[in-house]
Amino acid sequence: MRIAEHPIIDSYQKGRKVKFTFDGQEMEGFEGEPIAAALRAAGVMIHRYTQKRHEPRGIFCAIGRCTDCVMVVDGRPNIRTCMTPLKEGMRVETQYGVQSERGEGQ
Amino acid sequence: MKRYDLIVIGAGPAGLSAAIEAAKCGMQVGVFDENARPGGQLFKQIHKFFGSKEHKAKIRGFQIGYELLEEAKKWQVDVHLNAVVMGIYEPLRITVTEEDYITSYAGDNIVIATGASENMVPYDGWTLPGVIGAGAAQTLMNLHGVLPGKRVLMVGSGNVGLVVSFQLLQAGCEVAAVIDAAPRIGGYGVHAAKVARTGVPFYLSHTIVKAEGNGKVEKVTIAQVDDHWQVVKGTEKELEVDTICMAVGLSPMSQLARLAGCQMKENGGLVPVCDAYGQTSLEGVFAAGDVAGIEEASSAMIGGKIAALGAAKRSGFLTEAEAEEKYKAYQASLMQLRRGMFSHENKGRTDLVKTDEGYPLSMSLLQKGYLDDAEVEQFPGVGTKKYIGIHPVIECTQNIPCNPCQDACHFGCIQVGNEITALPQVVQGSHCTNCGLCVASCSGQAIFLVDESSEPGFATITIPYEFLPLPQSGDKGMALDRGGAPLCEAEVVRVRTSPAFDHTALLTMRVPQEMSQKARFFRRREVVQ
Repeated sequence: MRIAEHPIIDSYQKGRKVKFTFDGQEMEGFEGEPIAAALRAAGVMIHRYTQKRHEPRGIFCAIGRCTDCVMVVDGRPNIRTCMTPLKEGMRVETQYGVQSERGEGQ
Repeated sequence: MKRYDLIVIGAGPAGLSAAIEAAKCGMQVGVFDENARPGGQLFKQIHKFFGSKEHKAKIRGFQIGYELLEEAKKWQVDVHLNAVVMGIYEPLRITVTEEDYITSYAGDNIVIATGASENMVPYDGWTLPGVIGAGAAQTLMNLHGVLPGKRVLMVGSGNVGLVVSFQLLQAGCEVAAVIDAAPRIGGYGVHAAKVARTGVPFYLSHTIVKAEGNGKVEKVTIAQVDDHWQVVKGTEKELEVDTICMAVGLSPMSQLARLAGCQMKENGGLVPVCDAYGQTSLEGVFAAGDVAGIEEASSAMIGGKIAALGAAKRSGFLTEAEAEEKYKAYQASLMQLRRGMFSHENKGRTDLVKTDEGYPLSMSLLQKGYLDDAEVEQFPGVGTKKYIGIHPVIECTQNIPCNPCQDACHFGCIQVGNEITALPQVVQGSHCTNCGLCVASCSGQAIFLVDESSEPGFATITIPYEFLPLPQSGDKGMALDRGGAPLCEAEVVRVRTSPAFDHTALLTMRVPQEMSQKARFFRRREVVQ
């Protein structure tokens, strides 16, 4: 959810509205904001599933340290979505282990 | 190879301050930061800072960030963004990853100002999406305008936990509770009080047992801990939350110093051993800010300036005497911030029972987050004297380094004195004009204007108010007490906003007279459509 009005912050520095896809589903966000921010605003919580135990992971530190929020972006795995700016037409996919498709047992 | 008189690693408050100070001495400065935006965590800090005027008190963190960037630009500091410094090598060189290239830079001096990272505590379910660092919450809501969640549990009652709890409320989240395993609230009482008066409960001596949910946090179990930090069986409590915010301390990010071979020591994490100017055991390599020992942004800025003086002195941009003179002034300013019950030497102490002046500390404030009615009157900002007409009531009861209230009042009603950690006093016989500047200038939101004589049987109370929607004159609702419990009917009689108040609205409510020393927050009655 986005904050419509804030008592202290007059405006957020935002780029233009752009479309991107999350697992094939079309979504909207603002150009230049972290992919993770656009996903959280759209209610997406799970960014990836771990390799061995297939546990869900999402945003944790949001400043590029923990790598919990990595996803497959435009075909490249392990992209830190909290640090990577959103661009028009980006293809964002849930990461399973280190790939964008569910493997055996996932 | 590109060469600088000074290389600064990290463009946060310490790094930028070091860069500006050095540039003012005539040095050519390059700042390197791994982030896309400079400013470190400053742009996420939307509260008014503490300290005195010289520490930029009562200015909000992000505005200080803008000021620093402006100054860095004016003094022609080179700021390299998206630039990850990978290592420091002899003789005073750094290697940097910028885009897909690795570049080396030479510096006559290097200031490491890499800041700190958040600590974590593991528990069952701590990896579930919805468990985030307090810094992540700040980043999402204050930088990107995205709500981290709807209903949040805050873990940790240090200043980070308290400040972020308040910011969550400001952004429109509900804070289910603030918990801490320690038996006392770790941060400033005034920060706790402004959260508590909105109705957020504090559970001290409590820990998280587990977080549960289907693919994300839906429920959390907390429980009381005993003196040995063990869960007391039978005290478990379940809270429905979608977000758990962890604010359990910071650790210095000192890896670069360690890799470079600086002598290290333990000080709330591994930090480089530094001399008075912040120079590490390696000649020409300095450290400033949280990486040299966790404090807060105001002292980090001074630390940065001092390190710059050291570098300028070392390279001959300042004479020994010039550096010494400036150093003395900065050091004195730093020492002002390092006094009081939250100073480094008092860190983690649970045996303090009195203020420097000898007033008994409020145990209610330390354990529940708000002052007990019976304790309030003993403090010099409140007093037992019956006033005629409007007067400030200053519920500032701990020795914290802060004095903007004294500067705000042009009529001499408020006195802190030279020691900025002293408790503010309301000066006997002074005349309050109801200008409201003290209310808006108090970074701890601990000043209220009370008038018991405006109308028979009623009192008016002016409170600082930083939430939306802003109530309007004529709105009816409930006055809440310091602990956030509904107290009595209240009517808003005036709402003031002004550029001088910097986004702190002054809400004046009318309550029955006997509530004048109890009512401290207003909740509007929900209008049923």
